[in-house]
Amino acid sequence: MIKLTSDPIKVNEVINSVYDVSAGAIDVFIGSVRNKTSDKKVVSLEFEAYEKMAISEMKKIAADAQEKWPVCKLSIVHRVGNLELGQLPVVIAVSTPHRSDAFEACRYVIDTLKQTVPIWKKEIFEDGEVWVAAHP
Amino acid sequence: MELKVILFGIAKDIVGNSKLNLKLPEGASVKALKDHLIVDYPEMGKLKSIAFAVDTDYVDDNYQLRDNEEIVIIPPVSGG
Repeated sequence: MIKLTSDPIKVNEVINSVYDVSAGAIDVFIGSVRNKTSDKKVVSLEFEAYEKMAISEMKKIAADAQEKWPVCKLSIVHRVGNLELGQLPVVIAVSTPHRSDAFEACRYVIDTLKQTVPIWKKEIFEDGEVWVAAHP
Repeated sequence: MELKVILFGIAKDIVGNSKLNLKLPEGASVKALKDHLIVDYPEMGKLKSIAFAVDTDYVDDNYQLRDNEEIVIIPPVSGG
């Protein structure tokens, strides 16, 4: 399951989507909206995506992970739109026969997603807003 | 030649629009487009990086643009 959604992510659905009889391990990464950046209080986050390319890049990451590790199933679900504190911007689930591969593949997927998938996060503060990581 | 530029994130805020029509010399490269944008919008030059995509794939600085092509500006991504 690889998708973008403007609705809250149902974590159980993402986990269920990677159940596989050949899997001995499922690793899950859940991103969560934190209440501050450095010492600045964050009110909410806004996610924007170039949707068709974001899907295509997420599929590339999934295919790369499948080449590097013996992945049974892999799902990536990312939110778009406005998210309140504690809501979940991204959920990734990976199933593999053994646990070390699940941990490594899951980490690879989130780390690569943050580098290549055209999704942008704006932090909204009480006194302004900023696009994350835009400037050096 | 004419180009249709699509903007997201901070690039959209800098230009003040999600679309931009530009004229560049025939056969111009992505690098030429980048230089042109930075002259027109100096704030663009202050970003950590600017990447470009055609349809759903990244293109590098040497990519030769075609008349009427739609090109997407990808400012530094920050998903997850």
